[in-house]
Amino acid sequence: MSDLIHLTIDGRAVTAAPGTLVINAAKAVGIEVPSFCYYDGLTLQAACRMCLVEVEKTPKLQVGCTLPVAEGMVVHTDSPQVHEARKGTLEFLLTNHPLDCPVCDKGGECELQDMTFRYGMGESRFVEQKQHIDEQQWSPVVFYDKPRCILCYRCVRICDEGMGVKALGVGNRGSVSVIEPNHFDHLECDECGMCIDICPVGALTSGTYRYKTRPWEMKHVGTICTHCADGCKTTLGVRNNEIIRGNNRDRSGINGEFLCIKGRYAADFVNSPERLQSPLVRRNGKLEPVSWSHALTAAAAKLGEVKARGGKFAVIGSNHTSNEENYYLQKFAREALGTNNIDHHRTGDVATLLDALSGKKDALATTADLYDRKAILVVSSDLAQQHPFLAFQIRANYRHHNAHVYTVTPGPVREQSIALRSVITVPGHELADVVSLSEQLKKETELVILFGDAIKGDKIRQLVAFGDSLGIPVKYVCLVDYSNSRGASDLGLGPDSGPGYRPVNAPGLAYDEILAATDLDVLWVVGANPLKHSALASSNAFVIVQEMFLTETAQRADIVLPAASAYEKHGTVTNVCGEVQRLKGGVQVMGTKPDLEIMGLLSKELGVNLGMWSADKVLEEIRANVHGYNIPLPILATGGAAQTAPVNGRVPASSRPDLIQSARDTLFTSGTLGRYCSKLKSTLEAPGALYSEPRP
Amino acid sequence: MTFSPELEARFAKLLESYPPGRTRSAIVPMLLYAQDEVGHISHELIEEVARRCQVQSLQVDEVVGYYSMLHRKPLGKCHVQVCTNISCLILGGEELYEYASKKLGIGNKEVTPDGQFSLEEVECMGACSWAPAVQLNYDFHHYVTPAKLDQLLADVRKAQ
Amino acid sequence: MLYNEPSPLEVKILTKRFGLKNSESLDTYLATDGYKAFLKAIEMTPEQIIEEVKVSALRGRGGAGFPSGMKWSFVPRTSPKPKYIIINADESEPGTCKDRLLMENDPHQLIEGILIAGRAVDSHKGYIYIRGEYRYLIEAMDRAIAEAYSRGYLGKNIQGTGFDFDLYTHTGAGAYECGEETALLDSIEGKRGVPRMKPPFPAVVGAWQSPTLLSNVETFSAVPAIIRDGGAAFAALGPPKNGGTRLVCLSGHINKPGVYELPTGFNLLRMIYEVGGGMRNGKKLKAVVPGGSSCPILKADECDIAMDFDSLAKVKSMLGSGGTVVLDEETCMVKFAQRIMKFYAHESCGWCIPCREGTTWLKKMLDRFHAGAGQKSDIPLIGELSKNMLGRTFCALGDAAAMPTISIVEKFPEDFEAHLNGKPCPYQHSAELAMA
Repeated sequence: MSDLIHLTIDGRAVTAAPGTLVINAAKAVGIEVPSFCYYDGLTLQAACRMCLVEVEKTPKLQVGCTLPVAEGMVVHTDSPQVHEARKGTLEFLLTNHPLDCPVCDKGGECELQDMTFRYGMGESRFVEQKQHIDEQQWSPVVFYDKPRCILCYRCVRICDEGMGVKALGVGNRGSVSVIEPNHFDHLECDECGMCIDICPVGALTSGTYRYKTRPWEMKHVGTICTHCADGCKTTLGVRNNEIIRGNNRDRSGINGEFLCIKGRYAADFVNSPERLQSPLVRRNGKLEPVSWSHALTAAAAKLGEVKARGGKFAVIGSNHTSNEENYYLQKFAREALGTNNIDHHRTGDVATLLDALSGKKDALATTADLYDRKAILVVSSDLAQQHPFLAFQIRANYRHHNAHVYTVTPGPVREQSIALRSVITVPGHELADVVSLSEQLKKETELVILFGDAIKGDKIRQLVAFGDSLGIPVKYVCLVDYSNSRGASDLGLGPDSGPGYRPVNAPGLAYDEILAATDLDVLWVVGANPLKHSALASSNAFVIVQEMFLTETAQRADIVLPAASAYEKHGTVTNVCGEVQRLKGGVQVMGTKPDLEIMGLLSKELGVNLGMWSADKVLEEIRANVHGYNIPLPILATGGAAQTAPVNGRVPASSRPDLIQSARDTLFTSGTLGRYCSKLKSTLEAPGALYSEPRP
Repeated sequence: MTFSPELEARFAKLLESYPPGRTRSAIVPMLLYAQDEVGHISHELIEEVARRCQVQSLQVDEVVGYYSMLHRKPLGKCHVQVCTNISCLILGGEELYEYASKKLGIGNKEVTPDGQFSLEEVECMGACSWAPAVQLNYDFHHYVTPAKLDQLLADVRKAQ
Repeated sequence: MLYNEPSPLEVKILTKRFGLKNSESLDTYLATDGYKAFLKAIEMTPEQIIEEVKVSALRGRGGAGFPSGMKWSFVPRTSPKPKYIIINADESEPGTCKDRLLMENDPHQLIEGILIAGRAVDSHKGYIYIRGEYRYLIEAMDRAIAEAYSRGYLGKNIQGTGFDFDLYTHTGAGAYECGEETALLDSIEGKRGVPRMKPPFPAVVGAWQSPTLLSNVETFSAVPAIIRDGGAAFAALGPPKNGGTRLVCLSGHINKPGVYELPTGFNLLRMIYEVGGGMRNGKKLKAVVPGGSSCPILKADECDIAMDFDSLAKVKSMLGSGGTVVLDEETCMVKFAQRIMKFYAHESCGWCIPCREGTTWLKKMLDRFHAGAGQKSDIPLIGELSKNMLGRTFCALGDAAAMPTISIVEKFPEDFEAHLNGKPCPYQHSAELAMA
């Protein structure tokens, strides 16, 4: 290994790749060089001067976060001179700091506190007047408390480099320097809260969390965000059965520290006053609260009665429920009710992609691929809005690896600013515009293609054929909308294929056919709102709905069973890239039950045995029976993500591309859930629009 | 915003003077020259400069806060700048500043009620060998004594 | 035209046209050897020009004193990128007022120096970054530039030589930090004047990501003489490695303050007593700031010294930018230290913690101390806090604030002691007298 650099840090022999910074070389052998402004993945600042180290044969202390290792370098991070410098810098930092730790949100998880504890001095020699500036509110999400700010510029960089938004800057000069928002006194941005979480002190605080609790008073529950399909891990901070914040400061999960406004602050639907907390049964035309046992008995009785007389069932499943619930629901439909009339709102044509890729290996991209692969092509998606984490990955890839990014979109998108080439396309013309890039794409060594719902059915086959024609390894991501859209598709919520796209003998009614059928006896809707946009033609159908809110569909129901949200249950979900991750319930809402339990209890009432309705047991069954889902449990158990293996064979793909339709949610809408997220709705940017010109 | 034809001409020349695509370089000069004409830097002006230099207004705002000659509030018609840095200090610069403050009845960065004068204690303005020095707007005045300052202010009043 | 009575002790190289009628005009310039050096440089290879500058032992006149020839040789002449020349006319170091005179009295000398540098580093575009307060000089330079264009000394195919050069002025807007070369680069790019990380150095990645030769007005103004009369002649004017003359800005308690061109290495006491006409009102010399407020101060008994980079380094001070401020016995050194720190606190860009917070703390402390609320423990603390900045800041501004402060506390402890226990400043009356 002659290309490694050999150096000595605190007497220990260290080897590191050329270009490694001393701060990281030290970290690799367990030596902490403290810093505020240095932040992995962001540009170097050398501003905080906390990381000064002694390098032999250099008279001045050196900046550990910008100094690359050199052969034979001898570094001391533990010398009196270094300790003195850290102490001095911390003393300076604290001069104008308000030292209001007792009331500061960051108390207990504050890097300034930790550093002062470890490296600072016990007392202050500062006896002069501190300078006070009142706290400012920049948005419903972001508050700024200048006196606490240490000006490490992490927030400025994460917003610019990480998010591509550039909503934060530095104002004034010298000791009155401040961080400032992009619209003089307020922010117009993604409201993602990245700046807040990355803040090492309590200068940036969030509207949802501030002055509510202390970090150690909360239970921290790592689960998967229930909004879009990207599958970000979010660590819910729960106190007194209330989700106070979401964050991912431990950088676990596929998303590292990334979260958007939905993952951080859009959990307030859980405690929405509109949340259903009691089963409802229609009596004399009105929905009235009843007990669970009453509702379940009534529902089971209806199912049993219709089943007994050979009546017609239809089932519409959810984009948000867990894999276990989806599996159980289709099993219930197929085995207990004997119907293939089952579907869900399909937001991307996953089945056709899998079919088109049949026989290929490694053709489905993971979220990590978006950060690693050398070229990325985005077709017809406003990624920064619809798939903020995927967009974040691509930006990081561009920043760190100089990835070649191409976009073919019907309007301006944020990715254009980093794209090698961008084409503004018109609907129907997407493929031709993709093909127009072929000469350039052929020069790439590998490619990941992400495509939205404009590419479906045969167009997917054409796209894959185009990918084949490039002569380079190509991976694909079929973009879907919601937290378990992919799982709904994979686990058999479709009329023509069961779990793992196993063909069914007699395909049932598809989504639109269910709604248009005039002869349904029972429509059972789980976590979906099909009647928002269309009427139910079977006016006499008995409608059973499992739902969190009294949606348009629930209002039509004969029985409404209040369901738990993803944040209230265990199970697994599959993200847009087919990565399976574990949900972990953090709170409970009185009166609700997870959909799996509701279905289990219904089956019991109905007297059919569909197996135990615990998430673990169902997952075991899925792993044993569903192609691609035999994923390693230890990965899931440790909070990791395991990509489902693609179906390696033909898929009975739907011949109904017309059913594929994205809801086109923005950063500030989230289907039905979004309607009950007050934080999302309260932002100035809501509801937002796709393909809009970047904000000035 | 519209500016005088002279200023527009200056802006046009400015934007041409930097390498292609580097219009951002014109921000500081544009702000300063525009301030000379319109009196101070408003949000509207910031947005205007941002538009002309093809940057976000935040990037202009960051600059405004940084440079001490850029002012967000209107100055007096005659901005009296008294240097109190070392060479001026030891020859009475601070006393001169105090004198000006008393005479004008305003403190640092304040404007007289009639809007005629504003006062600022400034850093070294490069007149050390001719200290103490005062700038009235952009005009240098050297070896300034309280009596000379009286005369200068009287002259300004007369001219206005 | 701003210009003081010259001294017979001056060696007038850069200032030789000062005092001539219409010294700023192109005609005057041409009548006094103007643009001959440029035409000579056109006949030389870039290597020869750079060699000549190396031989001249010219060192940067902005304060750091980096050997100019070496700096020129760092510019990758053959880079396919455009190369820029940027002239630092952000003269802001307290005590310094010489570049002003060079631009006002002899703008074409500066332009010619720039052209020669352009020829040497294959640059065809230059920007003079002039501090915003010098508005009249921007106008003066613009006039000179326009005149040069109109007579074919700027623009395309200058004087038929085939050499092209465009020159522009760019105004600052009040920021001492923009005198730091990389902060100046950010400033000219339309950003906050915050210094950049080095490496890369401006010679390689400077303005607009391109190789950039950046030097002070006086440095470029010295170039025509070097090329015209030879580097050796220029070098011979000063001690070894300290070529040429320096424009010394004498200010403070002396009889004849002014800007004087003196050989590098001229004795400081002679500057005060022979060039500057001695102490005002017959007062005793107390201290001298040798080269602008950043330089550690010299006590009266340290002033028998040659004013060159190396001699001053030996007494742990610096030649700096030529701003020599002379203080008499009635100067309050606490007040002086306070004013220096107030300046640096005001001008700190705020980027790094030690400078931003250190200067502000020290300023507050010195304010309090001078007002009579000092404690004995503050005296060593002033030094300690200064040392906590020294060598630990992002750029040299932290050092610039720390060094004079440390020297003042060390060299004049009695002034600090005299302010203790609520005593009024013992020198209170002196400044008022100065006004009389």
